[in-house]
Amino acid sequence: MTDSTPTDISRLETAEHPENLRRIAIEPLTRVEGHGKVTLLLDHDNRIRQARLHIVEFRGFEKFIQGRPYWELPVLVQRLCGICPVSHHLAAGKAIDQLAGVDQLTPTAEKVRRLMHYGQILQSHALHFFHLSSPDLLFGFDSDIGQRNVVGLIERHPDLAKQGVLLRKFGQEVIRVTAGKRIHGTCAIPGGVNKSLDSSERNYLQQDLPQMIRWGQEALSLAQNLFLEAREQHRRFARIDTPMMSLCRDDGGLELYHGGLRVVTGDGHKLLDRIDSREYHRHIREQVKSWSYMKFPYLQQLGPEHGSYRVGPLARINSCDYIDTPLAERARVEFRALEPDGLVQSTLAYHWARMIELLHCAEKIEQLLDDADLLGSDLQQSGEMRPRGIGVIEAPRGTLIHDYEINPDGLVTRANLIVSTTHNNRAMNESVRTVAADLFDGREISEGMLNSIEVAVRAYDPCLSCATHALGKMPLVVELQEPDGRIIDRLIKDTRGELSR
Amino acid sequence: MSGSFSIDGVTVPFETGQSIMDAALAAKIYIPHLCHNPEFQPHGSCRLCCVTANGRTVAACTTLATDGLEVANETHEITTRRRLLLKLLFVEGNHVCPACEKSGACQLQAVAYHCGMLAPEFVHFYPKRAVDASHPETIIDFNRCILCELCVRASRDHDGKSVFNISGRGIDAHLTIDSPSGRLGDSRFSASDKAARVCPVGAILPKHRGYEIPIGRRLYDQESISQVGDVASHREQEDG
Repeated sequence: MTDSTPTDISRLETAEHPENLRRIAIEPLTRVEGHGKVTLLLDHDNRIRQARLHIVEFRGFEKFIQGRPYWELPVLVQRLCGICPVSHHLAAGKAIDQLAGVDQLTPTAEKVRRLMHYGQILQSHALHFFHLSSPDLLFGFDSDIGQRNVVGLIERHPDLAKQGVLLRKFGQEVIRVTAGKRIHGTCAIPGGVNKSLDSSERNYLQQDLPQMIRWGQEALSLAQNLFLEAREQHRRFARIDTPMMSLCRDDGGLELYHGGLRVVTGDGHKLLDRIDSREYHRHIREQVKSWSYMKFPYLQQLGPEHGSYRVGPLARINSCDYIDTPLAERARVEFRALEPDGLVQSTLAYHWARMIELLHCAEKIEQLLDDADLLGSDLQQSGEMRPRGIGVIEAPRGTLIHDYEINPDGLVTRANLIVSTTHNNRAMNESVRTVAADLFDGREISEGMLNSIEVAVRAYDPCLSCATHALGKMPLVVELQEPDGRIIDRLIKDTRGELSR
Repeated sequence: MSGSFSIDGVTVPFETGQSIMDAALAAKIYIPHLCHNPEFQPHGSCRLCCVTANGRTVAACTTLATDGLEVANETHEITTRRRLLLKLLFVEGNHVCPACEKSGACQLQAVAYHCGMLAPEFVHFYPKRAVDASHPETIIDFNRCILCELCVRASRDHDGKSVFNISGRGIDAHLTIDSPSGRLGDSRFSASDKAARVCPVGAILPKHRGYEIPIGRRLYDQESISQVGDVASHREQEDG
């Protein structure tokens, strides 16, 4: 592998003469949520000239929820995703609390929502690690493609596969108890929740908890050992150096449900801290590119060229000062010791960080189930309606922002959803380019090399179907060419949707 | 005067003047229906309650029971026809059950389940219809209106206001509101009106709330509509 400076990588976004290059498309990307592809343009010597991650599906939620009543939002927008619907449900739930004029939920309501959220992160992380990513990590990036999947995992590591399935099932059961269904239930209503737990539901979840915490510890050890087994290689694979963003408690503790925005730069400096997350638009801007439906957010302070940042487990475990559950805190200290002088920037360390969070969620669920408030009956608060609500939450894949405006009748007039995967769009593209620059250096192309590109994308656990919202904002150029390639007409649509020639 | 007739071979008593539907409801025999509510004059428009009486197809809500009548209700042929009507209703409007707050307590959804409709068959019309949220306490989502005319009858015959009416013909038929602007907020409608409590689907709903009953405890979560009965009767009990 070679060291690549950011300038090298940025040159790979757009090749100067694509017409002379050979194109390889990895399509569809496998073992990720949603539909995407990577395109590589190579010269005659098999050297990489352009590498892009594209999101090729289109959802349009921001548009079609316009005109709908605000109290529908949590149930409506959770259909964005089948893996992390709870995150969308709760982000929208937090937004409609504000629309209903409620700033503080009852203890019961907040704890029911938190329980649901921890169940969600636990199941999503288990799904990603065991079902989607562990085959790469256990069998090798270039191992037999016929085995490199969850079926191969079941055949060769049946106990591990079972743990993955049952950990996920436990998280799904936490969701079912709080939302009525494992996927796409109901819970958040304006200013509260529609149910609390009864003692039989609590006891049902409690009986499995010691086992889940044990398995969580084992999963963490596995992720840590897999990383450390090839420490130097894993440290450098798809590595990019970026600031990290997440919600944090005011005292610096890890926070997944509600906190201030914190951005930490590579040397550990806090670029932003304790920022009211509703002020996100002052610090995060979005750029649209002609070749992707996904927007490209950047930190306003650093500008579009250098404002790339990362979110998700790696960012959260890096940016927080401590974790308030003992087993996860011990793991965090070990994790951060990997890079004593700064942030852990290794893209593959996402998996390790993800398993620290899985264990943390199991510990938090244990704490909550011991809390009598969870069985309370004070479910909902009310207040004076407001025109705008911004719900921000840490979804499994990172910071999730739901921003809604309504008219005096209570109908949605504008919506902006910045989804975790969208935050990571630049970073994923840069990681893809890093791997491409390292591997596609003239050697003969193998399936394992293409899978290495996917491994880099997979580490981010992208949810591509959640992340595509650039409706009507994508600049487009249509060219009419003669058979000899001469351009005879050209129509350009800019980001405001206006046409010019 | 009274007598008896049979529904699917079961003997059902009736009083003179009772329709097949009235007698069936009294005998706790379920005949699928959407536009019928025993509190109002029958309308016979949804055609779901069509049965065969002595071999002739009739609407159970508008046909009087007569002595010795042989009624077929839940036969394969009739249920197939009902499923067809339901599939047509689902594609004529925008019925998005997964996100609808009425889901689990919606008569259209419940009757569809009862009749074995598990998926849409026809191409959706996706009509462009608005939401009227101009009233402070009640919202009308025209996307979900099935033109049962129950709100029209309740407002006219019970509330004495005639706030609602059906205008247009055929596929252009639609619910209208009697107010200068055509909006509910400018009409004489009140959330305490009977018309606010008779909608069998999610078209006329209270504002600022929804999804308050957890999944598993909604009207049709535990038992079929054939056991539980209509939405409106339960709403009357809750309010009463």
